[in-house]
Amino acid sequence: MSAEPTFDKAADPGSGAASGSGAGSGKAARPDLPPAKAVRRAFSSPLASALVIAVTVLWTVPTVGLLVTSLRPKGDVASSGWWEAFVHPDFGLENYRAVLFDNTFGTSGGLMPYLVNSAAIAVPATIFPLVLAAMAAYVLAWVRFKGSDTLFFVVFALQVVPLQMSLIPLLRLFSSGAHLGSVTVVPALSLQDSYLPVWLTHTMFALPLAIFLLHNFIAQLPRDLMEAAVVDGASHFKIFRSIVLPLSAPALASFAIFQFLWVWNDLLVALTFAGGKPTVAPITSRLAQLSGSNGSRWELLSAGAFLSMIVPLVVFFALQRYFVRGLLAGSVKG
Amino acid sequence: MPTDPRLAGPALHLADSLWQDAAIKFGNTAGAVLGFLGVLLAVFFAAGRATGRFSRPLAVVLMLGPAALLLVVGLVVPLLRTVYLSFYDADAAKFVGGRNYGWAATSSQIHGVLLNTLLWLVVAPIAATGLGLLLALLVDRMRGQAVYKSLIFMPMAVSLVAASLIFKLLYESRGPGQNQVGLLSQLAVAVGWDDPPNWILSQPLNNFLLMSAMVWVQTGFAMVVLSAAIKAIPDEITEAARLDGASGVRLFLHVTVPMIRTTLVVVLTTIMIITLKAFDIVRTMTGGNFGTQVLANEMYSQSFEQYNTGRGSALAVILFLAVAPLVVYNIALLRKERATR
Repeated sequence: MSAEPTFDKAADPGSGAASGSGAGSGKAARPDLPPAKAVRRAFSSPLASALVIAVTVLWTVPTVGLLVTSLRPKGDVASSGWWEAFVHPDFGLENYRAVLFDNTFGTSGGLMPYLVNSAAIAVPATIFPLVLAAMAAYVLAWVRFKGSDTLFFVVFALQVVPLQMSLIPLLRLFSSGAHLGSVTVVPALSLQDSYLPVWLTHTMFALPLAIFLLHNFIAQLPRDLMEAAVVDGASHFKIFRSIVLPLSAPALASFAIFQFLWVWNDLLVALTFAGGKPTVAPITSRLAQLSGSNGSRWELLSAGAFLSMIVPLVVFFALQRYFVRGLLAGSVKG
Repeated sequence: MPTDPRLAGPALHLADSLWQDAAIKFGNTAGAVLGFLGVLLAVFFAAGRATGRFSRPLAVVLMLGPAALLLVVGLVVPLLRTVYLSFYDADAAKFVGGRNYGWAATSSQIHGVLLNTLLWLVVAPIAATGLGLLLALLVDRMRGQAVYKSLIFMPMAVSLVAASLIFKLLYESRGPGQNQVGLLSQLAVAVGWDDPPNWILSQPLNNFLLMSAMVWVQTGFAMVVLSAAIKAIPDEITEAARLDGASGVRLFLHVTVPMIRTTLVVVLTTIMIITLKAFDIVRTMTGGNFGTQVLANEMYSQSFEQYNTGRGSALAVILFLAVAPLVVYNIALLRKERATR
């Protein structure tokens, strides 16, 4: 998307559109003010502000409820609502300790192994497609060959395919191999306790969007620079490593953040290829299961849910600008 | 990470094995990443020495090859295979023609699923986009808008599973005479409704309660994108309209909306695509029970719980046919917008 949003309180030169509800539109702009300021003044009204504040509170309260619940003792959580905690404050981290390490929910080791799996899945599933897509994008943009435009279009078009279309065939491929008639093309691999199927699936599904986005960026690198490197006798591999990669750092960062959060928050691939086993399944997959089987143990569910949210929230608040950019770019992901 | 001092005795032992488990997993993962990068570097080093007329095709094959192979194995072949499987029976053994599609078209259970999906597709995107637009219009004129925007946008960062749990807690219901634990029930009691229903079980209301979680997540997205589009409207245009006497709702309808129409449609279709494909909320909150099933979750259930490959594939194809036009339209709009800016 071309319009890049920011959260800065930038000068905001005349965001002068209309007020949605017509609130405050009765005030006339004073002629002695510069237009931008006049427009702004004309439309800022207490009603509009109250509405925004109300929505913000409404949007925040559910999360606060979860956080407060996760900090309350087990007995309190079961017997009273979380808002009671403000009347009788009794907070602690016991739920987090229990849900992480104890034999809660009938799983030895609690949620800790799942949290480890989430990280062990998300990091490679970000690096693999990033590197592979950057290489492919460079070739498609700068090492033109017969059919490279067609190939780029095909990759571009593959964004249309929803993940669901690949699940059954990929699962069969990973569990029983591939056969053409009676000839075994790919042997059955025993990957039950391996992250490989999850990494591979995320990588495959990230590629169309990643190649498309990085191609847009890499194709716009200065032509002079590329030509000078070729004249100097640099190979394509050297150009990629020493010119393309460093110069595309912003695009790579945006995509990396988007992909990392996508994988961390993913449920579909996790549930299909890792199930709920502590050996490989990420925390989202386990939480979705527990929501069904232990739906009333809120002191543990809330702590578990909040544990799964810590990493995305840190990324969100620390890298907000990149996050938004990556998110907008990736919003049509298949 | 420091070990909790309270972990004594057997718990400590367990914790030790947990750290060990984590160390092994991270070790393996780091090994896989380093191995991947190491192989690439070695290939780059070796292939970089090739000169002459082979250097170019070599670069194409080595740098484009892996991605192309993964795309063929992961998307192109499965796409064809799923279409093929959709004409076969549950075990992919016998050709059954269009029977799976016939089942989808005639089964009353699937009718309910499709109806729910349609409801989601209409209500959630319109609600999120509408609310996002309203907020975009109002928030830009406020002091401290960054704080409001961040808080409303924040749900976009967390997983739909976490969002579902947050809303499930909100809808938690207890019988009469007990203290309510869910905020919604408590509010109902506070306004004098002594025995509020079990929200998650109340059909068809529960569908809308599930959609609320999606709206909660997507409104921030709509707000941020639309707010950027509104800011990009040239000052002169709004000024000219104001001098002509337009203000308030009229200015909004005749100037703002036409100026951001493309972005508005892109936001709407994007949320539609996400809504169609998302199965996380339904799976986490109800598992598709109590009349809340949607297409994406039914596809998962048929494929991986009923182990009916044929029906699962047919539903995947239906989902694909529903999503594809939206994505194509969306991409076309995005390109148009890029070209005009």
